Amino acid sequence: MTQMTMISAIQNAHDLAMEKDDRVVVFGEDVGFFGGVFRCTAGLQEKYGKNRCFDAPISENGIVGSAIGMAAYGLKPVIEIQFADYMYPAYDQIVSEAARIRHRSNADFTCPMVIRMPCGGGIFGGQTHSQSPEALFTHVAGLKTVMPSNPIDAKGLLLAAIEDPDPVVFLEPKRLYNGPFDGHHEKPIVSWSKHELGVVEDDYYITPLGTAAVKRSGEAVTILSYGTMVYVAEAAVEETGVDAEIIDLRTLVPLDLETIATSIKKTGRCVIVHEATKTSGFGAELAALVQEDLFYHLEAPVARVTGWDTPYPHAQEWDYFPSPQRLGEKIIETLEG
Amino acid sequence: MADLALSSPEIAPLKLHVPEPGCRPGETPDFSDFEIPRAGAVPKPAIDASADDMLDLAFSIIRVLNKDGEAVGPWVDDLSPDDLKLGLRHMMLLRAYDTRMMTAQRQGKTSFFMQHRGEEAVSCAFQVALKKGDMNFPTYRQAGLLIAGGYPMEKMMNQIYSNEADPLHGRQMPVLFSAKEYGFFSISGNLGTQYIQAVGWAMASAIRHDNKIAAAWVGDGGTAEGDIHSAMVFASTYKAPIVMNIVNNQWAISTFQGIARGGAGTFASRGHGFGIPSVRVDGNDYLAVYAVAKWAVLRARNGFGPTIIEYVTYRAGGHSSSDDPSAYRGSAEGAAWPLGDPIERLKQHLIRLDAWSEERHVQAEAEVMDEVKSIQKQAEAIGTLTSGHPPSGRDMFEGVYETMPPHLLRQRREAGY
Repeated sequence: MTQMTMISAIQNAHDLAMEKDDRVVVFGEDVGFFGGVFRCTAGLQEKYGKNRCFDAPISENGIVGSAIGMAAYGLKPVIEIQFADYMYPAYDQIVSEAARIRHRSNADFTCPMVIRMPCGGGIFGGQTHSQSPEALFTHVAGLKTVMPSNPIDAKGLLLAAIEDPDPVVFLEPKRLYNGPFDGHHEKPIVSWSKHELGVVEDDYYITPLGTAAVKRSGEAVTILSYGTMVYVAEAAVEETGVDAEIIDLRTLVPLDLETIATSIKKTGRCVIVHEATKTSGFGAELAALVQEDLFYHLEAPVARVTGWDTPYPHAQEWDYFPSPQRLGEKIIETLEG
Repeated sequence: MADLALSSPEIAPLKLHVPEPGCRPGETPDFSDFEIPRAGAVPKPAIDASADDMLDLAFSIIRVLNKDGEAVGPWVDDLSPDDLKLGLRHMMLLRAYDTRMMTAQRQGKTSFFMQHRGEEAVSCAFQVALKKGDMNFPTYRQAGLLIAGGYPMEKMMNQIYSNEADPLHGRQMPVLFSAKEYGFFSISGNLGTQYIQAVGWAMASAIRHDNKIAAAWVGDGGTAEGDIHSAMVFASTYKAPIVMNIVNNQWAISTFQGIARGGAGTFASRGHGFGIPSVRVDGNDYLAVYAVAKWAVLRARNGFGPTIIEYVTYRAGGHSSSDDPSAYRGSAEGAAWPLGDPIERLKQHLIRLDAWSEERHVQAEAEVMDEVKSIQKQAEAIGTLTSGHPPSGRDMFEGVYETMPPHLLRQRREAGY
C-alpha cells in the first residue's frame, strides 16, 4: 500500500499498464519529457522511452485522430487532452470515428483507446479550464464514459479502461487531483495523504466499468453523484443531518442502474447533483430513467442540483459551482415534497 | 498619417473574392491556361532527396505516356507488357462494375452509388505499388484499390446491395467498404477524418519497428478540412512512413477545386510548409501513377518519411448517383479534358508495344462486362436492398460495443428482438 494522490494513482496506473502490455502508448500535449501539466504521466518517457511516451503538437484533432489509427494498427493508445475544454477540435474524430469504427466495419477494425481529460472547475479556470462535458460523450453510441472521484478508483478504473476493447472517455475532476474537495473553498485544502481513499494498493487491479459505489448508506433520500460532487454531497448530508444514501456512479455509460434502483426503492426519493450545465445534462437522463423505472416507488419529484446554464464564469466561480448549501436546500425540499 | 485616413479617396472599398470555375453550363471549356509539361520532362529525385531539392515537382506534372502512346523519361518503370495488361484489366473491371452498379441503382436495387469514371488509373495503379500488410485509408472513390488488390467483386456488390452476405451487415451506406485483410480501412463517409488516422497507423508501424506503410487518401475538396492540416503536422513531425494522396478530380460535388485550393498554385504545394516532399502526377497515366506511387512507397518504407502526391485527373461522371453535373458545369468539359481517358491511353500504349490491338480490346470489353454481369447475378441471387433477406433489425444492436451493455440489451428487447 502506498499513500497516493489522484495524480500519482493515475501515473501509477499508466506505469503498470505500460509494463504489462507493450502495445500501450501514451502521448499528448506536454505529456512526454515534462510528464503532463498536471504530472499524470511523470517519468513514463524516462522509463519506457520516447517510442512509447511522447509530446504531441497542440492539435486535439491530431492527437485523437492519430490514436484511432494506432488503435486500428493494434496498439492501445492512452492519450491526454490537456483540459476537457480543449476536446472540441477532436469531437468529430471521437463521435464519427472512434465510437463507430467497430460497428460500421462489423469489427473488421476496432478502436481500443482511452481519452483522458481533466474536467470540472473550482480552480478559477474560467470558461476554458472548467467544463464538465460528460453529457456530450454519454449521448454517443459506442463510447464509454467514466469519472472517478478518488485515487483508489482512479487507478482501478483507468486500468479497466485501458483493458477495455472499446473507446473510453476518462474524465478526471481536476479539483480532486490533490484532495477531496467538498465545495467549501474558504476552508483549508484536505490532502489525499490524510485520507483513507488515498491508500492505494501497489499491485495491478481493476475496478470494473459499469459499477457504482454506495458511499454512504441511508434511508431518507438517494443522492446520485459523481466526481467532485460526491464530496459536496457528503458535506451537504453532514450539514443537514439527513440520513441520505450517497451513490458515486463512477461510470456513466454503461450505467449501474441496478444499484440506483435498489437504493431508490428503499428511500423513495432522489436528488441528482452534477457540476455540468443543467439543460440536457446527464442529470436529465438519470431523472428520466428513475421516473421510467421507479415512478411508483417515488414519494417526491426527482430533483436536480447542477451548474447553471451559463458559460463557466471566472470571478463568479462559487456562484456557479453547486455548493453543499444549494444541495442541502434541495435535499430538505425533496424530503418535504 | 493623412494617407491612412479612412476617408482617403484613393482606397477603393473592399470586395470579397469568390473564385469561379472556367466553364459553367452553356459555356465552352477552355483549358488553354492549363500547363501540361511534356511526358518525360520532369526529373526523378533519389528516394532520399529532401523536400527542398524537389520544390518544382509540386508545380509540375510527372508524365510518362506521351501523346503517341510511348513511355518516355526518367519515370519509366519496370512494368512488363503482362503487368500493363493486368492493369488495363483492373481499370476495365472497375469501369464495367461502375456501369452495372449505376444501372442497378437506377433500377432501385440499391439506395446509392459512386462511380470512378475517368479516375480508374489512380487507385488501380497505386495498389500495385503496395505490399501485403500495408494499409490504405481510402475515400469512396478508390474501389480500384480493392479490385487491383484481388478483393472479390461479389463482396463489393453484396455490400452495395446490403444483402444477407454483406460483410458489413447492412450497417453502412453503399460503397463504404471495409477490408482489413486487403489493406483497406473502413470508409467513414465524413471527409478528411481518415487522413490523420492513416498517419497514426503509420506512426504505429514505426513504434513497433515494423516495415508496413500507410496510404492516406483525400479529394481536392476534402483537403480544406482541419484533419488534413493535423495529418501534415503529425506526418512531418514524426516522419511517419506514409504516402499522402490528394486526388484532384477538379470537382467537389458542384464546387470547383479553386474553392478549396485558394491562392496556392497547387494542392501538392501545401506540403512545402511542412517540409514534406510533394509531387504532382498525371492521374490519367497508369504508368506515371505507378512509378510515382512506387517511389513514394519506397521512400516511406526506407524511413525517409511522408510524401504528398497530387493526382491531376478529372471526375468524368457525377459526384454520386444523387448528383447531376449538368446543373453546374459545362457538358463539353469532360471531353475537352486535356489529359484524356486512362483506359484509352494505356490501351494505346499496349498497342504501340504490339502487345494489344483494337480488336482484342473490343473483345476484352465484352469479356469483362460478361464477367461482371455474372458476378452481379450471383450477388443478386443472394439479394438486393429490396429483395431477398435483408439484415435483421436485431443486428443493428450488435457490435456497438464488444459486449452489449445492459441498456442496449434492453432497447433491443423493446424493439422486439
